[in-house]
Order: sequence, then C-alpha cells, then structure tokens
Amino acid sequence: MQATSLSNAQFSAAVQLSNVKAGYEQNVVFSDLSLDIAAGQFAGIVGPTACGKTTLLKIILGIHPVISGKILLHNNPVNQVKPGTVGYVPQLGSVDWNFPVTVEEVIAMGLYTNGRILPWLSKEERKSVYDLAYRLGVEDCLQQHIIDISGGQRQRAFLARALISNPNLLILDEPTSGVDIKTQHEVLHLLGDINREGMTILLTTHDLNAVASHLPWVICFNRGVVAQGQPHDIFTNEILTQTYGGDIVIVKYEGHLLIANSTPLHFRDEKH
Amino acid sequence: MEFLLEPLEYEFFRRALLAALLVGASGGMIGVYVVLRGMSYVGHGLSHAAIGGAVVGFTLNLNFYAGAFAMGLLAILTINKITQNNKIKLDAAIGIVTTAMFALGVAIVSKLRNFKQNFEAALFGNILGITDHDLVVIGLVAAITLVTLFLLYRALLFSTFDSEAARVFGIKTESVQFLFSLLLTFSVIASLNVIGVTMVAATLIAPAMTARMLTDSFSKMIIYSTLIGSVTGVIGMYLSYIFNVASGTTIVLFSALLFSLSLLAKPIHSLSANLMKR
Repeated sequence: MQATSLSNAQFSAAVQLSNVKAGYEQNVVFSDLSLDIAAGQFAGIVGPTACGKTTLLKIILGIHPVISGKILLHNNPVNQVKPGTVGYVPQLGSVDWNFPVTVEEVIAMGLYTNGRILPWLSKEERKSVYDLAYRLGVEDCLQQHIIDISGGQRQRAFLARALISNPNLLILDEPTSGVDIKTQHEVLHLLGDINREGMTILLTTHDLNAVASHLPWVICFNRGVVAQGQPHDIFTNEILTQTYGGDIVIVKYEGHLLIANSTPLHFRDEKH
Repeated sequence: MEFLLEPLEYEFFRRALLAALLVGASGGMIGVYVVLRGMSYVGHGLSHAAIGGAVVGFTLNLNFYAGAFAMGLLAILTINKITQNNKIKLDAAIGIVTTAMFALGVAIVSKLRNFKQNFEAALFGNILGITDHDLVVIGLVAAITLVTLFLLYRALLFSTFDSEAARVFGIKTESVQFLFSLLLTFSVIASLNVIGVTMVAATLIAPAMTARMLTDSFSKMIIYSTLIGSVTGVIGMYLSYIFNVASGTTIVLFSALLFSLSLLAKPIHSLSANLMKR
C-alpha cells in the first residue's frame, strides 16, 4: 500500500533498497524489501516493537549485513560509502552515561574521519567543535561530563557528533525516547531546521503524535513497508491497524492529528 | 632519605625498580581501556593462561615468554571464537578457557617438582627474579603499548564508548579489539615476573579505577592512570624491599590504598566546597 508515492524518476534517492532480505541467523526479519528515500527527505519510520526498524537502520548504516539484495546510498553501494557521509545518532538509552567523557570529547569523536592521528584536538578541530556546539546550543557545557547535562543537551551533543563530519544523510534511532515532551519538540524542530538546509534525515520512533506534528514523511513498517506518505494521508485506522495489529484511535482536531495507541480499557469494558 | 637511597646500591633493586615503573606505567595506561571495556576479568584470566603456557613452554625447553605468549594468544582467540555467537557470555568463556590452561600448567608443575620455586615467583612476583632479559622485554612492551595506544587513541576511545557508531564512522572495531587484546596479552605477560600471575589483574585495573574517581574526562583519566600506575610500581617495589615480601603483594596493596583514598576525594571536595560557600 502506498498512500503517496513518487517514482524514481521524480527524485534522486538518498537511500535505495532493492529486494533486500535481512535477519539474524535463522530468523529472517524481512525479505524482498524495496524502499526509496528521496534526497532531502525528512522521514520517520514507525512500527511496533521488534518489527525490524532497528535492523532496517543497521543495514542502511552498513553495520549489519544483508542476506541478499542491494542497498545504495546516494547511488553508491553501502559498503563503499565514504565514512563520515552518513551521520548516526544512537538511542540515548544505549549510552553508558558513566563513561568518563566530556561533551567536547563526545563531539570530537565525529572528527575521526578527518584522518588526524594525534590524540589531542588541533586548533581548527577545537574551533569546529565549538562552532557546532554553539549552533546547537551546547557550547556552555563542552567541558562538562555527559551525565551532568540535561536530556535535551545530551541529544544535541550526540547530534553534534553526527553532524561534525558534514554528512549528507543523518540517521537517528529513537531520538524522541527518554526525553520530556518539551525536549522532544525542541529536538524535532532542530532536525527540521537541519533538514531545511538540505540534509536527508531518517529516524525511527514510537511516538506517532510527534511524527504527525513534526515530520513531513512517514513510513509505517512491520517486517516490511506497510505504507508511506505524508502523516495526514498515512495515519488512518486501516493503515495503523495493519501496522500495529491492534486498536488505534485517531482524532482529528483543528487540523492536528492525535493518535492513541489503543482503545482505553474502560471503553472496552463498556463495549462488552 | 637514607632508606630511599640505600636499596638503589643494589643492581637487582635498580633493575626491579625500573621494571616496576615501566610495568606500572604501561599497565596504568592500558588499564583504562580494560576497565572501560569491561575486560577486567580478561586480564585476570589471561595471566592464568599465560602462566600455564609458560610452564608448557618450560617443559618443551622454550623461552618463558614464548610459551606464555603462545598460550595467551590462543586463549584470546578461543575466547573470541566461543563468544562470537552470543550464546556464551564473555565471563563464562574466560572462566573455562583460561582456567583450563592454568590447570594444565599446575598439572605439569605437580609432576615436575623442581619447577616449584620459579612457579611461586611467577604467582606472586619476585624482585630478585627480574633479569636483564626481563627488563628488555618489559621495556619493549611498554614502548609498544605507548606507541600503539597513542596512534589508536581516537579509534580506541570511540569504539570503547560507542562501538556501533564507531563502525558507522569507519572504524574497524573488530580489528581494534583484536589489536587491543594482543596488546593486553603482551602487557600481562611482561608483568608476570614483577607482579605475579595472581596480582596482575589488580595492577591493571586499580590505577584506572583510582583515576576514574578523580576525573570525568577520558584524556585526563589516561594521564592520571599512567602516573598512578608508575608511582604505585615504584612505591610498591620499595615496600617489597623494606618489608621483604613479594613485590606483587605490596604493589597491589598500595594500589588498593590509593583507590580507597580516591573514594574519599569526592566527599572531601564537596565538604570543602560547602565550607567555602559559607
């Protein structure tokens, strides 16, 4: 099902998956997956837990092998993509917050691809770290330990690490999880600004409302693409039920979409 | 001052002191990665496997280091292979592989009683047992460790902190891990005669743990841990001479003392900061 689709001829693709089969040992997560993401797109992948979202991100990032099929990033095979041209922000839940690194050290990790070997930062590197930190609003906490900053600052620090190598594709795994609603809003707005400068952004999330209100493109995924398009076209009962396999309530209010993950229990009781 | 200068008159002590300084420095440096990569038990296991290899090497008329290195390397490769499919965890793999290799060494020792003296020195460290040959090996390993960790600083930091993202940024994390394991094997084996097999793990991790208590910065942690390891080696060696006990024990006990003091550093710092505010 494709609510809104664009043919290959209409856009240059940042990501192209053709007949991809991927999984772990005996467990095939998805097969025959074909998906194109246009250059300059800001897309969110949504779907239930264990539907293959993370596996999809990992094969696009080139850190998990595919069983068969082809993946191209800006027309180059994924294993031949120059390091640094894809930026990656992991799930913050997977970060070891007690690891002894300052915000500056985290951001500077992204400079690995410039080929400098010496452990310390050059004057130019230090300046580029500061400039990016300033742009993202974390310049005041560069010397602070990562555990001592707020959730929003943490997300920005990792975003800075991903952006410092000037990638043309930015991939984020669950950037809205584990942060409060205000931070979520700030992060998605920031990503929107970055996207408007021309960067292709692909993220996964469980938060359908955040996608509905901030992202121009959504991919409903459950071991394959169920549907993709603009949130207003995609977030229908039919598609979301097909994606999540359960009751989804969609409320349209003053041009906004509000999505509840399931029918509240007391409504169910009344039905019975 | 007399008590500091007097032991320096003996050549064996000067040799031992230099060895302890080098082992402490390289152990302190590599120990940061051992602690942060959650490999503390690897160091412990490797030292046991290495001693098993050294004994096997002895029975085959091989050099002590050749046997120890061969078995240490075999242990690392076997552990990596066993843990590859994620069904068996790292600690369990270390437990079976290195203990089996150590057991092989013990079995041979119990058959060859004449080996007992050297074996005890290897277990607990012996300042009298450090030869010029040992010193050359220790010096070489310290130099290799310093150069490799310097050149791999960025790759090691990134892959230790966030292995998955490091791969995205083009770091060959598996190669880095293998190289690091090799370096760790070298360090452990070079330390055996100074520290002793039962104490090596503590001398690897204690300076790093102490340094961690003193700083939240990775680069500072490396510097602090290297300095703490060096100082600990030197003071531990003096204590070994003064109290006439195995050098491994004094170095480890002094490391533990420093770590205990570092635990107090933060509360004292907070208390003094509060007093200053008033």
